[in-house]
Amino acid sequence: MIVIRNARVLRSDRIEQSTVVIEGDTIQTVGEEPAVNGARVIDADGAWLGPGLVDLHVHFRDPGQTWKEDIETGSRAAAAGGYTAVVAMPNTQPPIDGGERARAVMERATAIGTLDLRAAGCLTRDRAGTEMADFDSMYTAGVRIFSDDGDAVPDAGLLRRIMMYLGDLPGAVVADHAEDRSLAGNGHLHDGVTAARHGIEGLPGVAEDVIVARDLELANATGSRIHVQHVSTANVVGLIRQARERGVKVTAEVTPHHLALEESALESLDPNLKMYPPLRDAEDREALAEALASGLIDAVATDHAPHATAEKDVPFEEAPRGVIGLETSAAVVCSALGRDQALFFDRMSVAPARIAGLDRQGIAVEPGSPANLVLFAPERRWTPGAFASKSQNSPFRGLELTGKVMTTIYEGRISHEDGSG
Amino acid sequence: MSGLLTLRGASRAELEELLDFAQSFVGGSVIHRGGAGGTVTTVFFEPSTRTRLSFEKAAHHLGAHVMSFDAPKSSTAKDESFRDTILTLTAMGTDVFVIRHWLADAAELTAAWSGRPVVNAGVGKREHPTQTLIDALTLRQRFGHLDGLRVAIVGDVGNSRVARGHLAALPTLGVELTLVGPTPFFPAVDPWGVRKSTDLDSELGDMDVIYLLRIQKERGSSAGIPSEGGYARRYGMNEERLSMLKPTSVIMHPGPINRGLEIDGGVAEGERSLILEQVANGVPVRMAVLSLALGERR
Repeated sequence: MIVIRNARVLRSDRIEQSTVVIEGDTIQTVGEEPAVNGARVIDADGAWLGPGLVDLHVHFRDPGQTWKEDIETGSRAAAAGGYTAVVAMPNTQPPIDGGERARAVMERATAIGTLDLRAAGCLTRDRAGTEMADFDSMYTAGVRIFSDDGDAVPDAGLLRRIMMYLGDLPGAVVADHAEDRSLAGNGHLHDGVTAARHGIEGLPGVAEDVIVARDLELANATGSRIHVQHVSTANVVGLIRQARERGVKVTAEVTPHHLALEESALESLDPNLKMYPPLRDAEDREALAEALASGLIDAVATDHAPHATAEKDVPFEEAPRGVIGLETSAAVVCSALGRDQALFFDRMSVAPARIAGLDRQGIAVEPGSPANLVLFAPERRWTPGAFASKSQNSPFRGLELTGKVMTTIYEGRISHEDGSG
Repeated sequence: MSGLLTLRGASRAELEELLDFAQSFVGGSVIHRGGAGGTVTTVFFEPSTRTRLSFEKAAHHLGAHVMSFDAPKSSTAKDESFRDTILTLTAMGTDVFVIRHWLADAAELTAAWSGRPVVNAGVGKREHPTQTLIDALTLRQRFGHLDGLRVAIVGDVGNSRVARGHLAALPTLGVELTLVGPTPFFPAVDPWGVRKSTDLDSELGDMDVIYLLRIQKERGSSAGIPSEGGYARRYGMNEERLSMLKPTSVIMHPGPINRGLEIDGGVAEGERSLILEQVANGVPVRMAVLSLALGERR
């Protein structure tokens, strides 16, 4: 039994200061003081208690690049960030393009037992962009999100057939990485003032806009669900708004770093600020934050992309793309959303759980709910130093953040406890 | 100052002081001994004849030793070899690095890895600060001042480290810059807030200086234009365009030139051309910069 006292609890219809009792993998009572013989008692000191966070977009690099991250270290990083469920992108080596590989990844995470890991599956065989991946075996294995993340499906005809096929499978969703190769070129950062000043090839926002515009039209034509990954431009926000108004079944995610940082941060050419899509300008960032607050963008997803220190400690133009995000996202997003508890848990847990079809995640704290929970102290200040992730390539390292994950509980067991006292 | 990484952010007074110091080295047959005993190492990851030679000549004039490193033409694992090269040359006893590299942050990285003063001899498409000082000095010698001079930079600005260096410093010195070329040659956004024109002919009568950039086929200039012939017709400096200039106006080019493309041979060698003055100023400017860098060697 775990008893959490003095928490600000997210219930289904209100937020209240209360005591929550967990028995086994289930919340037993809310608001009743139990006899605590032998129970583990946590004094929340007014911290927020809500459903464990759900990340629609992580890279655990496993199999194939386990010097960057593996399922165990990735799970630990996720738990440290307050997550009880993640969707792992399939651009591993080999890529997850069939049911057997998907099942292997998920079974490893189950054995570790600290979070619900769902494998995303490739849209195309071998992630090569030329023919459909083996959707049936992956769907049977439990895969619901399909993406060639890292690459858009270049062939619109193929993507249209994929949408038609996946549209027949309940809960399946196409998540296309929005980046037109010919427009992205060899761009290393947003095609803005910083790129112009340094004379480094930029990656224009229109590379994202044209793919999203295409995908939304295809989703409209086929009636299929589409999930727009890591939105980074104000134009895409506008495209999503129009599509919603037309009844297109579109959902979207934004990363914490796109909510918090702008391309001007790249003045120093720090490789730990290099990711795709790149940090864009102030107008884009503001549009993203507004869209997340209004719900036009449904969810936050970290795009946690670990790279070893030696891989990032190179000249900017030679550094790989991607930054880690699992352990800093709660603080960054809480600040971006103005410390609104209900909004925070909706965008970080409820909405992503709904998009991924996770029936034990993103559920308000009520008797009988699954004990997948996070205790988050929204006012607590801290400075990220060493991460539980195998990689340290965070854009927030060394910056003071406000809001800290105190305790994460997965299926009734504590998967992370803050050790800073 | 720790070598010369960038001119960006330098004040007008600092730039003018640097130009005055460079001017003091002009035409002198005197061998300055300010760098005596020091070692200047030139590290060129891209081919360059004139820049490297003029740095080396400047170092010799200062009494410094010179080591030269030319990167092998085809190097795999480029970042490894770059860092290792700098560490090795530092351990061999380099006092000042002169670096040319295709990477934008190469000069700063060299300084960080070596802990030595570094002179930027052209990095990425970002900056070529000694070229900018050379051109400023050349203009000052010709016009007696820089304030209010109208300079049109014509060509592939987006791919030009020379143009970016000029944009970083010449406006601070009072120069009025106009960028001229077809739109694909301009960066997508303009951090400098300078005038732009796609019509060279309409600019010629107003300019004191037509500064022609080299069409850099090796940097993808060709991707922005349908043909070289078409570019030469719209933007090439020829005798006819020369006749549209004010009598006092001059032609400049950082070299090496593409004859018949951005500039006709006759124009390059004509009396309006300052190209050889630019080359001649390379040594005094680099003597000034190296002298300052060597002054802080340990």
